[in-house]
Amino acid sequence: MATNGSLRETIYFYMFRGSAFIGIAILFIVLILLFLPGHSVINWHFLTSSWQHRDITQGGIFSAIIGSIYLGIGVMLISFPLGIGTAIFITEYSKNIFWKKIIRLAIRNLAGVPSVVYGLFGLAVFVNFLSLGTSLLSAVLTLSVMTLPWIITASTESLEAVPQKFRETSLALGATHWQTIKKIVFPAAFPGCVTGGIIGIARALGETAPIIIVGATFYLSSLPTSPLDKFMALPYHTFILATQHSSPYASSYAAGTALVLISLTFLLSFGAIIMRYNYRRKKDW
Amino acid sequence: MVFKKDIYFSENLPRLMFGAMAALTVFSLVSIFIFLLISGIGAFEEIGVSEFFLGIDWNPTSFYTPAWGIFSLMVGTAIISVLALSIALPFGLSIAVYLSEIASPKMREIFKPLIEMIASIPSVVLGFLGLLFLAPFIAKFFNISNGLNALTASILVAVAALPTIASICEDALSSVSVRFKEASLALGATKWTTIKKVVIPAAGPGLIAAIMLGLGRIIGETMIVLMVAGNSRAFPTSLLDPVRPMTASIAIEIKEVVVGSLHWQSLFAVGLTLFIITFVINLLADVLVYKKYSYGN
Repeated sequence: MATNGSLRETIYFYMFRGSAFIGIAILFIVLILLFLPGHSVINWHFLTSSWQHRDITQGGIFSAIIGSIYLGIGVMLISFPLGIGTAIFITEYSKNIFWKKIIRLAIRNLAGVPSVVYGLFGLAVFVNFLSLGTSLLSAVLTLSVMTLPWIITASTESLEAVPQKFRETSLALGATHWQTIKKIVFPAAFPGCVTGGIIGIARALGETAPIIIVGATFYLSSLPTSPLDKFMALPYHTFILATQHSSPYASSYAAGTALVLISLTFLLSFGAIIMRYNYRRKKDW
Repeated sequence: MVFKKDIYFSENLPRLMFGAMAALTVFSLVSIFIFLLISGIGAFEEIGVSEFFLGIDWNPTSFYTPAWGIFSLMVGTAIISVLALSIALPFGLSIAVYLSEIASPKMREIFKPLIEMIASIPSVVLGFLGLLFLAPFIAKFFNISNGLNALTASILVAVAALPTIASICEDALSSVSVRFKEASLALGATKWTTIKKVVIPAAGPGLIAAIMLGLGRIIGETMIVLMVAGNSRAFPTSLLDPVRPMTASIAIEIKEVVVGSLHWQSLFAVGLTLFIITFVINLLADVLVYKKYSYGN
């Protein structure tokens, strides 16, 4: 009976361990499956020259890379300050438990809204209602609203992790509420806010459905020069090459583009995870 | 006096500023619902609520007899959701049990962020790999002509939802009080018995929340289903039938419709339906998570 039980335990535990290994294997399988068809098209020319619509083997994805980088920077500029500011209000200012609960409920629920619905929202509000048209700006605003709940959640967690003692000590020494937040609470929580935010940006960069709806195009002869221009982006470029292009080389070029995209999102998330790890190890509270 | 006034401003300005930011955030989030409602309500009025939800034909572009029923689309979403969840849940829960109960602290520190990284795989990439590798494999395996169907999409959507489910299950399992486990082990139960009979039941509400949030993630998945679900409006009768879920319909059609037309309005109505479904799911999860924290303390 005892051996039977422990044998069962061993089998189950191997199963659990196995599924964790399979989970991680997925990451590597995805990278390998992209690398096999995609690595042959990636070279300096592919990364730095603009797209040639007629002959896809002649052009590169420079415009799509730049478009995605603009998008990332734009989203960061809007959603970081708004997200962190909202989190500071929730954790440091808002005293009314009821409102706090309502705000949090709203944020958690909106983190679950499908990205394509954010796309519809962007189309109705930014593209049509505010007449920004299908543009870089509309896409930045749409993706910013989408990433806000993630950034607020990460920042709130980070601010709440700052021990109450810190605040009390600062106030006891005669600092005002704002001085305490500015000099004590915010600096302690800042790295956590930023790493959470970067992971959010990485996910936003991979989103395709919203930008299909509000602004990305497949072919542009020049880089966007104003926020109201249309733009190219890596995920949309991958999507079109993968599904709607007739060239026999399309799938290897799609794989090459996807490889560049996933390198970008992985570098950002992995960088943030390493940063978070170092910062947690260093912090002495 | 001047000094006091300065303090007053420097203390209240930040409060107002952050308050305004919070208000703007909540406002922008609430306005999603309002704009969906304004843009989509006309479709319910014109088509009729029951025709819209129960009609089997979705054919808005037909010249003679356009049809506006989203039932087939909803069934497509439902099939993929159930199938993807039944793949991702056991898998995600096993990973969570390993991370929270079995792995050494060091392994845990390596594995957790790696599982989290799966969430950074863009869904368009998963869809593309589905087109390139999984769909041909499924076609060959089941000996069918086209591998773009509900099953193929479900497998990939399950991968996309895996990190969400695994990490919330892990949170739920880790938050079970250590005293419960110690009491069980002290009574002579093995580690596996403790996990099965004590830890998992105690984490129950949290695990159900993980199912709900994973389900929300699955229902909202767009690119994968757009690329590999087969994109057929016909009513699905088997798991190997091509389907067109609600999210895919929106993404395909919205670019080609005239702003304000009935087709445009009904796509917003589909969006509104998705919004309400995910909202209810998240609300239920929220109630359960809230319950979880009153557990064992």
